[in-house]
Amino acid sequence: MSERQRADRQLGAVVPADGTAHAAVPKQREPGEVVAELDDLAVWFPTPAGVVRAVDGVSLRVRRGETLGLVGESGSGKSTTGLALLRLVDPTSGTVRVGGEDVTRWSRRRLRALRRRVAMVFQDPQASLDPRLTIGASIAEPLIVHRLTDGGAARRRRVGELLDMVGLRGELADRHPHELSGGQRQRVGIARALAGEPDLIVLDEPIASLDLSVQAQIMNLLRRLQRDLGLTYLFIAHDLAAVEHMSDRMAVMYLGRIVESGTPAQIWRDPAHPYTAALLSAVPVADPQVERERRRIILSGDIPSPVDPPGGCRFRTRCPQARPECAETDPVLAEVDPDHRAACLFAKEAVRAMRSA
Amino acid sequence: MKPVLAVEDLTVTIGTRRGPAHAVAGVDWAVQPGETLALVGESGSGKSMSVLAATGLAPRTARVTGRVHLLGTELTGLGQDRRRRLRGRHIGFVFQDPMTSLNPVLTVGRQVTEAAEEHLGLTRRAARSRAVELLEMVGIPSAGQRVDAYPHQFSGGMRQRVVIAMALACEPDLLIADEPTTALDVTTQAQIVELVADLQRRLGTAVVWITHDLGVVAGIADTVAVMYAGRILEQGPVDAVFGTPSHPYTEALLAARPDPAAGGAELVTIAGAPPSPLDLPAGCAFWPRCPVRGDARCEHELPPLVPVSAGHQVRTFYPQPTDGERR
Repeated sequence: MSERQRADRQLGAVVPADGTAHAAVPKQREPGEVVAELDDLAVWFPTPAGVVRAVDGVSLRVRRGETLGLVGESGSGKSTTGLALLRLVDPTSGTVRVGGEDVTRWSRRRLRALRRRVAMVFQDPQASLDPRLTIGASIAEPLIVHRLTDGGAARRRRVGELLDMVGLRGELADRHPHELSGGQRQRVGIARALAGEPDLIVLDEPIASLDLSVQAQIMNLLRRLQRDLGLTYLFIAHDLAAVEHMSDRMAVMYLGRIVESGTPAQIWRDPAHPYTAALLSAVPVADPQVERERRRIILSGDIPSPVDPPGGCRFRTRCPQARPECAETDPVLAEVDPDHRAACLFAKEAVRAMRSA
Repeated sequence: MKPVLAVEDLTVTIGTRRGPAHAVAGVDWAVQPGETLALVGESGSGKSMSVLAATGLAPRTARVTGRVHLLGTELTGLGQDRRRRLRGRHIGFVFQDPMTSLNPVLTVGRQVTEAAEEHLGLTRRAARSRAVELLEMVGIPSAGQRVDAYPHQFSGGMRQRVVIAMALACEPDLLIADEPTTALDVTTQAQIVELVADLQRRLGTAVVWITHDLGVVAGIADTVAVMYAGRILEQGPVDAVFGTPSHPYTEALLAARPDPAAGGAELVTIAGAPPSPLDLPAGCAFWPRCPVRGDARCEHELPPLVPVSAGHQVRTFYPQPTDGERR
């Protein structure tokens, strides 16, 4: 790695190995139709300690054929946002639209149809597969529920096809989950999600409990399937490098809100929100020289309780650049560059100040 | 300089219903005073088990062979009691989940100094002020009040700070940190990594840090040992191992992480899965997955650890070229 690349990497910049401009990367596509949309979504949970505002005003759109990445730490509301798209949690306010239809108040009966159109892959494939069912039976379940195949023979054929798509041998259909490795089980989870030919797949921390070499296998598989089948993903993870790698556009969440959104290149190279900049500087890089030379922005304290979020800007209690105005105004997500938004009164300026501090 | 902890030819075999599992199959490492040794590997590589066995904490069903020296004293021949006293006096432990180390019904103050009371003979009163001092040292705000709080009143990151205070209570010569930041958020992880590095500078404690995260290793380690299927495949100074990885496994691991500088290219993967500890291959354990793929010798003969540069060793018949930068 050249000195220049090291320096850029330290700043979180994106420079391809051959040194050419980043614009050459084939990540831009024509914007497709909107597959799913959240508009000012709030999901609040009553608890003995008070009302937990897990999601508190999130708007986003997922377009056909793209991957929207959602990154955040625990308690940011990223998983609850994903669950809301399948109506697996009930919105407190706001709307959920899938394929142009408002599904916010759909009945339980109608939701069955929704869950064919939006599928989900969970973090722990061990927990999401029934240990008593064979792999084949698990994958066949959505085919039966949604009446997608006629008869046992067609179903078996389709299960074989799905196993092949995720890179598993057909004879695994007769095995049970405990006989498979973690990576194989996650492939089964993906095959199940593909069974209904969904419009959108919500991937909730799909690689978090896997070993490093297996994580790479699963990320490559997901990208290949997307290319071959034109799939649309909402990729939810706490791993910033993985979200950067997988996404066409990404959003950073903090305490129930989106604080910044843009392309991975914009966010990696030029974060506008102080929280994003702190998050980027906290991600360890597997290069001892970079690690020794870099200056970390260490945030003090912990994420505040979602029962009682701070007034004004939610990040101000931990923000190294918080100013008096931040306690008074709740900043909206505003454009800082084309297609790049941040919810900070001092977007960019605060990041520059933090980095030169 | 005498190492703080040194293991030689350590093996750990665990009896299971399906036969003996070779969790650790012959490992040598040493950590020098004030230095950080990182043991890195994927799950099942034996990195935790080798440390637990070295410190006498292996499960009862495990058979441990080899030699272990703590500050020059051979531990293997000692009785349980004497070994426990030495361990308590000289080694502090921090595990992945702070709640496994904390008792939910005792105040953190009592717990932080429990060991110090036993091993250093502190009185209750002295112990309490020592607890406040320790909690301050690990960055717990208003430690004077928090000393009487219970673990559930702390966040995950703060609990891990309490455990670190507990581990440092006896001023140990060695801190063993087993995936201490894996359960934490990345901004909290950065806080804990910074804290341990700072305490190490101030107290001169040696650290053995067990992790699967190569980024963390790059930030904390002086020396690193990469483990696979119960053996060390590569070890040496952190700059040498990361700068010129000489084992195909190390190289593949480093390439498997998405790198924002690579502009979204296909990730390098390692085909297949590690061998079962019930059935380790006779030759190189990585051979079935190896992209270099050597020859019949790799399949049948265990490659020795050979030096490639000063202090940098690699277990392969075919070390990767180490001239110049390749990454």
